[in-house]
Amino acid sequence: MFPKPIEKQPRAAQITYQAMLPIALLLWLGPLLAVALFSVKPAADFTNANYWGLPSSFEGAVNYGLVFFNSDMPRYLLNSFMITIPTVIGAVALSSMTGFALGIYKFKSNLWIFFMFVAGNFVPFQILMVPVRDLTLDLGLYNTKTGLVLFHIAFQTGFCTLFMRNFIRALPFELIEAARVEGISEWRIFWYVVLPLMKPAIAALSVLIFTFIWNDYFWAVVLTQGAESQPVTAGITSFNAQFRAAYQLMSAGSIVAALPPVAMFFLMQKHFIAGLTLGAVK
Amino acid sequence: MTTAADAPEQESWFQRNQQRIAPWLFLAPGLLFFMVYVIIPVFQSFNLSLYEWDGLGAAEYVGMRNYEDLYWEWVDRDAFYISLKNNLIWLILYLLAIPAGLFIALFLNQTVWGIRLYKSLFFFPFVISQVVVGLVFTWFYDPTFGLLNELLGLFGMGPLNVLGDERLVTYGIIVAGLWPQTAYCMILYLTGLNAVDPEQIEAGRLDGAKGLRMLWHIILPQLRPATFIAFVVTIIGALRSFDLISIMTQGGPFGSSRVLAYYMFEVALSEYGFRMGYGAAIAVVLFLIMLCFIAYFLWSMYREERGH
Repeated sequence: MFPKPIEKQPRAAQITYQAMLPIALLLWLGPLLAVALFSVKPAADFTNANYWGLPSSFEGAVNYGLVFFNSDMPRYLLNSFMITIPTVIGAVALSSMTGFALGIYKFKSNLWIFFMFVAGNFVPFQILMVPVRDLTLDLGLYNTKTGLVLFHIAFQTGFCTLFMRNFIRALPFELIEAARVEGISEWRIFWYVVLPLMKPAIAALSVLIFTFIWNDYFWAVVLTQGAESQPVTAGITSFNAQFRAAYQLMSAGSIVAALPPVAMFFLMQKHFIAGLTLGAVK
Repeated sequence: MTTAADAPEQESWFQRNQQRIAPWLFLAPGLLFFMVYVIIPVFQSFNLSLYEWDGLGAAEYVGMRNYEDLYWEWVDRDAFYISLKNNLIWLILYLLAIPAGLFIALFLNQTVWGIRLYKSLFFFPFVISQVVVGLVFTWFYDPTFGLLNELLGLFGMGPLNVLGDERLVTYGIIVAGLWPQTAYCMILYLTGLNAVDPEQIEAGRLDGAKGLRMLWHIILPQLRPATFIAFVVTIIGALRSFDLISIMTQGGPFGSSRVLAYYMFEVALSEYGFRMGYGAAIAVVLFLIMLCFIAYFLWSMYREERGH
């Protein structure tokens, strides 16, 4: 192991290390902790310039209550879920098939198609912006959740295909050959042989795509407006405009908006990290 | 199973050619989506950049004029080159996330009690939305109450209005962006460090290598896959920087924190805007910059594929 395990170091080094860990963490997460602190303060603290001191009274329930019951925030959250979940399902479904096609079959254009997916995944959003917005307008899907979902599915398919294809490549190919010898049709091989083996990849991609889509801001701004379809990332800017200078509410709103991907990460940590490393680092 | 024996004669055309058709059937839906929403729009943008169009009326063909306007800055003064310069600053400084991530990963690569929780918490900034990160850092820099000025005050310095200062603003936003990006690189290196071969480390120790020499000669070569991915995601992240700028400064003050991605959006879709062709030209420039890196990534992947 590198660096040298701390247990093999002198006692003093061990104690220093143990003491440094929480300090480093506090510094690292300082900005977030500040927001958490803001979110339980009463409004009066900000008018009295008590920004960084302890809250003069604990108003967490009031602030979060207002966010949940007296603002558009629940609407935005619901929209975010209604955009994120179909996208995850769609992108995973499409890319298990493309990944299977590119990972299992040998045909001439295989590598070219694969590289097209990879390259498309890296293009700047701006070069897609005007045509995608026009297409969405033409389909009558501008300012709808469906419009956003369709684009997200398409774009995420690039990344997901990269991931799925590499994952399928690493599966034992003999399994598929054995199934073919048995005369099992290709579709059934996909469904009964390969798909069950892909569960870890599907889990990894699902959490990752969930986070990506939940945190998307650019496309939310380009393809939607207004509380009926905007996800929470775009919604929070209108929320913040509405509660300008009400720092306690902006903080509470931000924390609420940030929470779902955080929860996802903590629940599915192992899969999440497997996904982030694109499966390349084991 | 009576049909098994006489199956060959009854095989349909589809069954006989199954292995050749099947990949295309599996590809069809994904490929269709990807074509319509990603590949074709790239070409449409290229085409659009030769037109002048307000997004509603008829588009007028203007040839290369949008690019000339960009090159000479005839339309927006001090916009294109400042954006380009800021893109370059982003690109270079964002790469600091890689050594910073490695540093934190080395710091956390221990097996003391509770270290797993520490690792997760250090990763936190990457999981939260950039919109929230932007807000958090806007407050951090706030000239009236921001923590930064409180800290500077302790040393008798400041106050500093980072986001209001044309010379500082881009650096201020990059620092905000480095926070989640460093967390990402850290997790890549933590996973990489897990896979480092212990025997090689022991061999190195016997040869008397330690500390930085060990890191440079034995550990880093084994971390190459992690470094490659960190490099890819950091470059892409730097060129995609949009959210933070939009949240923290909206390109200001006086356009000094714009990057191409934000400038394009501003030109095409904000209240200044609906100059779609001009915006498309900016997007094309950004795309061509990105294309250099994409080509390099694909080349690396291609060599890897051949290697197998």
